[in-house]
Amino acid sequence: MADASRVAYQVMWNRLISIVEEQAQALVRTAFSTSVREAGDLSAGVYNAKGEMLAQAVTGTPGHVNAMADAVGHMIRRFGRQAMFEGDVYITNDPWEGTGHKHDITIVTPVFRGGALIGFFACTAHITDIGGRGFGADANDVHEEGLAIPTMKFAERGAVDKSLLAIIRANVREPDQLVGDIFALETCNEIGRRRLIEMMDEFSLDTLEGVSDFILTHSREATLGRINALEHGSAEGHMRIDGYSEPIDLRVRLTIETDRILSDFTGTSPVDRKGINVPLVYTKAYACYALKCALAPDIPNNAASLAPFEVTAPEGCILNALPPAPVALRHVIGHMIPDTVFGALDQLVPDLVPAEGAGSLCNFQVSLRPARGADLGTDGRRAEVLTFNSGGGGARPSVDGLNATAFPSGVMTMPVEATEQVGPVIIWRKELRNGSGGAGRTRGGLGQHMVVGAWEGHEFDISAMLDRVDHPARGRNGGQAGAPTVVTRSDGVTMRGKGKHLVGEGLRVAMDFPGGAGYGPASERKRAAVLRDLAEEKIAPEEAVRDYGLSEADIADALERARRGEIF
Amino acid sequence: MASRLGVDIGGTFTDVVLEHKGVLTSTKVLTTYAAPENAIIEGMAEVVAKAGVGPDVITQIIHGTTLATNALIERRGAKTALITTKGFRDVIELRTESRFEQYDLNLVLPQPLLPRNRRYVVEERMDARGQALIPLDRTAVERLVDELAEAGYESVAVGLLHSYANDAHERMIGEVLAERMAGAFVSLSSDVSPQMREYERFNTTIANAYIKPLMKSYLGRLKARLAGAGADCPVFLMHSGGGIMSLENAAEYPVRLVESGPAGGAIFAADIAARHGLDKVLSFDMGGTTAKICLIKDRTPKTARTFEVARSYRFKKGSGMPISIPVIDMVEIGAGGGSLAHVDAMRQIRVGPESAGSEPGPACYGRGGERPAVTDADLMLGRLDAENFAGGSIALFPDRSEAAFVAEIGGALGMGVEEAAFGVSEVVDETMANAARVHAVENGEDLSEYTMIAFGGAAPLHAARLCEKLGISRCLVPQGAGVGSAIGFLKAPFSFEANRSVFMAMDGFDADAVAALFREMEEEATVFVRGCDATATILTEHKVYMRYAGQGWEIPVEIPPEEAAKPDPASLLARFEAAYEALFGRIVEGQAAEVTVWSVNAFTEPARVEPVAEVADGGNAEAEATRNLFDPASAAYAEAAVVSRDALAPGRKAAGPAVITERETTIIVPGRAVARAAADGTIILEMKEGRADG
Repeated sequence: MADASRVAYQVMWNRLISIVEEQAQALVRTAFSTSVREAGDLSAGVYNAKGEMLAQAVTGTPGHVNAMADAVGHMIRRFGRQAMFEGDVYITNDPWEGTGHKHDITIVTPVFRGGALIGFFACTAHITDIGGRGFGADANDVHEEGLAIPTMKFAERGAVDKSLLAIIRANVREPDQLVGDIFALETCNEIGRRRLIEMMDEFSLDTLEGVSDFILTHSREATLGRINALEHGSAEGHMRIDGYSEPIDLRVRLTIETDRILSDFTGTSPVDRKGINVPLVYTKAYACYALKCALAPDIPNNAASLAPFEVTAPEGCILNALPPAPVALRHVIGHMIPDTVFGALDQLVPDLVPAEGAGSLCNFQVSLRPARGADLGTDGRRAEVLTFNSGGGGARPSVDGLNATAFPSGVMTMPVEATEQVGPVIIWRKELRNGSGGAGRTRGGLGQHMVVGAWEGHEFDISAMLDRVDHPARGRNGGQAGAPTVVTRSDGVTMRGKGKHLVGEGLRVAMDFPGGAGYGPASERKRAAVLRDLAEEKIAPEEAVRDYGLSEADIADALERARRGEIF
Repeated sequence: MASRLGVDIGGTFTDVVLEHKGVLTSTKVLTTYAAPENAIIEGMAEVVAKAGVGPDVITQIIHGTTLATNALIERRGAKTALITTKGFRDVIELRTESRFEQYDLNLVLPQPLLPRNRRYVVEERMDARGQALIPLDRTAVERLVDELAEAGYESVAVGLLHSYANDAHERMIGEVLAERMAGAFVSLSSDVSPQMREYERFNTTIANAYIKPLMKSYLGRLKARLAGAGADCPVFLMHSGGGIMSLENAAEYPVRLVESGPAGGAIFAADIAARHGLDKVLSFDMGGTTAKICLIKDRTPKTARTFEVARSYRFKKGSGMPISIPVIDMVEIGAGGGSLAHVDAMRQIRVGPESAGSEPGPACYGRGGERPAVTDADLMLGRLDAENFAGGSIALFPDRSEAAFVAEIGGALGMGVEEAAFGVSEVVDETMANAARVHAVENGEDLSEYTMIAFGGAAPLHAARLCEKLGISRCLVPQGAGVGSAIGFLKAPFSFEANRSVFMAMDGFDADAVAALFREMEEEATVFVRGCDATATILTEHKVYMRYAGQGWEIPVEIPPEEAAKPDPASLLARFEAAYEALFGRIVEGQAAEVTVWSVNAFTEPARVEPVAEVADGGNAEAEATRNLFDPASAAYAEAAVVSRDALAPGRKAAGPAVITERETTIIVPGRAVARAAADGTIILEMKEGRADG
């Protein structure tokens, strides 16, 4: 019999992936933050003693992909291994040493075995409130965006820093929830730590060196195999988006070389005055995510599989914002990075990547309160309600874009019935937006309509975080653009895609989220697909004629069959 | 004593078990897809003949079936329309707006059960408090219903927003449908699944409507055919929650039949657990394509309020459709005897979820399968006997397995056949062990306190290794494991669980309202059960689902009946905190708690089980032969005794390493374990040490 350890190492690799998934699940179930529990905005991973990530849970947010991978390195650099003790727990919400904004708390726990430091667990969660101005783009610098928790010890040798807890409690709006979330993060690392020690007992390991080497070697070889199968070359991608107060240009030069792919964002617009700037860690995460999806989707994330994807951006551009730039809504711009990268990659590897999609999530937050002067008795209520929603995905080379589905983010929407339990909010409409997908051989995914209002006697502020009002998703290879974002108040006033707006008693806001773009010429779309879209009202009869050349007779026949409930 | 017949229609076989004068007689016949009742009649004829009685002795038939599940998976339901609230036509198509596989750029989401042109809207709106924001106009409903009638819909699902809080509008639509579209089947969401969360509720209601005509017609035919064949007795159906319901209720709520087969398996295991006095049991059912794992505590399988059916993408969570009905909580993994192995880009062995099925089957079947399956690994490692598989009815070809391992695994990884087979076996066992661990952690359980009960064709081959990986020290392999679900049907109580979504904060706890709610639900659930059995004592279990305000995940909290009659917020809070701490290690100080869902399960008192008597040590059973058996823990072969299960009379033992052979499967006894036969024929494996690995 040959060396059994190869099989054992493979079992251990599987086990480590299972452990981090378990770690992430524990967090989803115990967290208070809406974005963690409902939307999966969290991350969990295990590291070797050098701080190299060995496995990461696949959760709702690629934004944490490499960002969290780097966090442990910062911890080691800050404290030094000699100052790390059994029972320690480290914390940070530094946007540049964590995952890009103060609303993400990262907790790192060192793992000791026989007195020696053998590895780490880390996890990150998006928390609801960190004080300051609240979650929005309105801060002028990062200091206004809430409490800063520098990279520091949350607990030393098992003793929690009570002064730190007191400071945290004093600086945030929902101290019990936040402290609950921090302990949930700490618990989830502890679950991982215990399971790792059990695994090491089972396989009689003193260190993680062997298994770490096994994982990283195989991952590196597999990733380099994919990269080196591509032709060398270089291409530019460019996308212009709405930005906050003025349009933003995102530019990338993508270069495929032996053993690496470089994404260089030189030429991108400078930092914005408002909090939509992106620390480089977050840029790296989304550039890397886009390339991994396209080129190495099956290779799990770890230090070795991520390393060959190198990302640079000049300091001071919006994709490498430095302190004290405000960064709270870094995702609004960050979510647009994959489409920018795909624009370049398409020139180097044709027929692989989709057309442009909605990109950033179509999130909005409403702050509701009794209208001034309204006499509601006990029915008057106040509430903060944050919702996660998506526009349409870009059409793929061989399949239509996904309707109202998040990409690149992986978060989930909340049920309307659950949202309406939170406070005096009414979602009057949430359904697909007909005709919003860009025409093409494959059609862009549909965006969606949402209409939001309040209970009688209430008014609200709405903070929207919507892009693609002036810059809809562009088609690829002859495909047409998706529909742009439109926001209107029920009294006829057109509203901006970003910023806070007052909505008085009795008024509603209608939001039309953008569609994805089409791929290839519409004239090449299969007739059966056009008829099905028509029957399902995903395109209007006029579009069927204009874009796809259907005859009036065909249209009348299809609509009659659809009315009888026939399936297309 | 009553004679009862248990019938389980599975994908390949229909299992029939007769319980007559306390003796079980069983058979397996091929499922007859076009008219499933034919297989039942055939199987019934076989078992009554074997038992030497006539079908007229049967006083009760308990039936479970995959027909409902298959109709959903294969989209073979009726022409169905949805009527929903204007503005919410696409709830079942929007799903959760997320991708269940984040790295697949070409991901395709499953099609909703009803295409968009079968989804209709009416102007109306309830708010979260159940107050009408927009009243429903009856004449508009009448116009719509006439349109549906003209379009020829057979079945109509009605799902309106917040109808769990106020069902008045849904009921009005139901009345109009009854008046103007009398032949159509109607399913109201406030009736089928009165729980908050519109996607789950609408989808469950649509699924019910979609399969209702099919299931109603099938159940009607079945009853008539059985009566015609001499079994003119009441027919009951196993439901997904692990209890039995009447044929009439099953025809009304056929969505509750989804997953009834696996539920029977869990009840079977729970019955074995009760007989052997085991309070913490992990049931492990491994067949040809999947493995199912269920936690059974205090002889009751763990239940849930929602699950996913028809997963379309490698069994991945989120790739199916949600069904919110009371269900036995099982983890299903794409790992079975037919699961195929390959080497991935990281040069790692992967197993499943693709399965060789029965055609072509694993490579060793010699029917053209070229990729190695788990069964091939079992053959290479000495667990199966090529000459004596399935009682000798299927010849196995070890050379085909060898060739498959060389071609698919060994060549790529530079491994010999044994190491490759070892790798495949370890990977599939690790995959199952990981799923079991995660499930245990999610439920706050420590598996080292558990006993495994293994059944299904492939389970006894892998059970011992799974126990080693999970630190479980004892495993039971019961008799009749091949028809476990059908036996389980005979052990299940009549039961019905009622659920309601009503939010209540602990600081605004209304004890009178809660007592009234519980009474109403008890009444509802009890009426269902009373319809099945006019005289039996009916018991009730009360549960609430609670969380800290702000959390999105509720945990179940049990309430004793006397407290349900006199609800007390302080006691309820204490119960919640105890349950929370057990699950998550600590409670959250300063955070208010709330109840989201209320549940009452009514059931008939379970028959008292006879504990299995202790038997004296009968010494080692005689080995028929020896063969080389691979031991994964030490990564080496050892000579193992081959013992026939028939030779293991109660009290007899077989010390590992050994293989215990029987017609339907083979039990592997590793070197560190001893097998002994209990009085009821169950084989008990005692692992000498808990965990061991290599």
